[in-house]
Amino acid sequence: MSGAILKLDNVHSYYGRIHALKGISLEVNEGEIVTLIGANGAGKSTTLRTISGLLHPREGKITFEGQDISHTDPHLIVQRGLGHVPEGRGVFPKLTVRENMELGAFTLNDRAELERRMEYAFSLFPRLKERISQKGGTLSGGEQQMLATARGLMLNPRVLMLDEPSMGLAPVLVELIFDIIKQMNEKGTTILLVEQNALMALSIAHRGYVLQTGKIVLSDTAANLKKNETVQHAYLGVE
Amino acid sequence: MNRFAGTVNLRELLRPVGQMLVFSLASSVVLSLIVIVLALIMDQTVVGETLLARSKVSLLTYTLVNLPQVILDGLTIGFVYAAIALGYTMVYGVLEFINFAHSEIFAVGAFVGVELLIVLQIYGMLEGGSLIGAYTWLIIAILAGMIGAGLLAISVERVAYRPLRGAPRLVPLISAIGVSFFLQDAIRLIESLTTGQFHRIIPTFGNFDERLTFGQIPIGDSVIALGIQVKSIIVIIAAVLMLVGLNYLVNATKVGRAIRAVAQDRATASLMGIDVNRIISLTFLVGGALGGAAGVLYALKFTRIDPFVGFFPGLKAFTAAVLGGIGNLTGALLGGIILGMLETFSGTYMSAFTMGAAGAEYKDIFAFAILILVLIFRPHGLMGENVAQKA
Repeated sequence: MSGAILKLDNVHSYYGRIHALKGISLEVNEGEIVTLIGANGAGKSTTLRTISGLLHPREGKITFEGQDISHTDPHLIVQRGLGHVPEGRGVFPKLTVRENMELGAFTLNDRAELERRMEYAFSLFPRLKERISQKGGTLSGGEQQMLATARGLMLNPRVLMLDEPSMGLAPVLVELIFDIIKQMNEKGTTILLVEQNALMALSIAHRGYVLQTGKIVLSDTAANLKKNETVQHAYLGVE
Repeated sequence: MNRFAGTVNLRELLRPVGQMLVFSLASSVVLSLIVIVLALIMDQTVVGETLLARSKVSLLTYTLVNLPQVILDGLTIGFVYAAIALGYTMVYGVLEFINFAHSEIFAVGAFVGVELLIVLQIYGMLEGGSLIGAYTWLIIAILAGMIGAGLLAISVERVAYRPLRGAPRLVPLISAIGVSFFLQDAIRLIESLTTGQFHRIIPTFGNFDERLTFGQIPIGDSVIALGIQVKSIIVIIAAVLMLVGLNYLVNATKVGRAIRAVAQDRATASLMGIDVNRIISLTFLVGGALGGAAGVLYALKFTRIDPFVGFFPGLKAFTAAVLGGIGNLTGALLGGIILGMLETFSGTYMSAFTMGAAGAEYKDIFAFAILILVLIFRPHGLMGENVAQKA
């Protein structure tokens, strides 16, 4: 085996009868930022949901740090250090910002360490600190997105999967989020990133996979994908 | 940081006490005013004259002297309803599902507690002992009821609900009704086989049946003794402790945070590392234990239990939960108190206000009429939130 910390081997997933993933194979190496790009409905979020155990593959194998997690429950996968920031409003609407953040570190039993991580997350997102006792549901869409990402930081996982972290954010904040992702990566967190904003994603990623209707149609280094004509036409808006 | 956490926790302990005081006071005042106004209006009419002729007391006097006792009784039964209602509302909050077997879990709690006391009585443990001994045995009986009912609730969820979790919402509901009938008959069978009869009477021990009197009010021919039974005080204290404890568990602990997270979004909760199935089991355990304790308290207050003892309290507590806003813990408390008060008020005054035409047996009409009215104008209950968008 190579240095892959996370590996999918011919993974098939279904939503009821809908065949959503049709044999996905991919690898994420330790220390990398890998991005999944593709149109709406290509199966990007489904891939993440399958990895984190919300959906179990009907065929194929998922290994994390060399161990098969294809049929492991989500909470056990999180406990192993594989985090997932779900798409959109994964914020608990009736819990305060603080409670949401504390849940991010649910697997952690060290109170002091929790406070330290929360301080760090708030230093990146000072806006959230101002809203600390507000209910999650009363935050704006952008603030909720920030909260979801900040909550992902609380776990301090080995591998963090982020699903559309820039969705609904103003351009300045998109830059901020991508900066933070890069910083996290430099601090040693491996990142698997799903993004609509393919250009931004490819500009911070090391490698990328292109998904189309449940299959991987292309994989290369981020730099090469950026130059690839098909990718440019389909996902980067280059005529 | 620790100081911050400390103050928050204290607040979570005091908040439900404050709510209980406010709800109890508000419902007492409102209902008292209503009956006083009614009495003032009707005193000079044929209604007042009838009562005067029959009992030599004016309707207004009759209303006023009965008030303190009615309020005490109403609160006692109201807190019992609230404790049962919490079981419905917790399970609904987490699974959006009405656990119709909760009334039988309550009944099982009552039977476990009562049977334990009966056994203790047979072995002579309850006799002649000091008051401390009696209270210790009562607490042990309540704990036994809690454990029995809690474990039963967990098993019911495992066997009858969990396999149906992905099914359409009606399916687990029907399963719950099935479990309810099953448990009723199971209790009956076990009791019939082991004791030859299926109703049981809680042993008399301690000073629970004594009545503390605060004074006597002479009205007309008779005298009304104002007082409260010791067991009513025990019921109120125990229920208040449980409500405060539950509120603390849910709102001020890590486990409680996990319960609320699972209630709001199960998938995301699992991504936080929360074992959703364990939290659901825990919810059933806690709800069942509260129901079981309420069962023993109910048996203490009303002395006789049978396998169907859960039906009416269960239905009323379910009503209380819906009235307050199902899924909302404070709502269950409010609904329980309102329902208990309404029931006692109408039970006491209905006869006098209708010249004896409708007696206490019609007391439930009011409670359920109020429920229907509330639901027409506030479909989510008094404190409920719109859960429709939660899907």
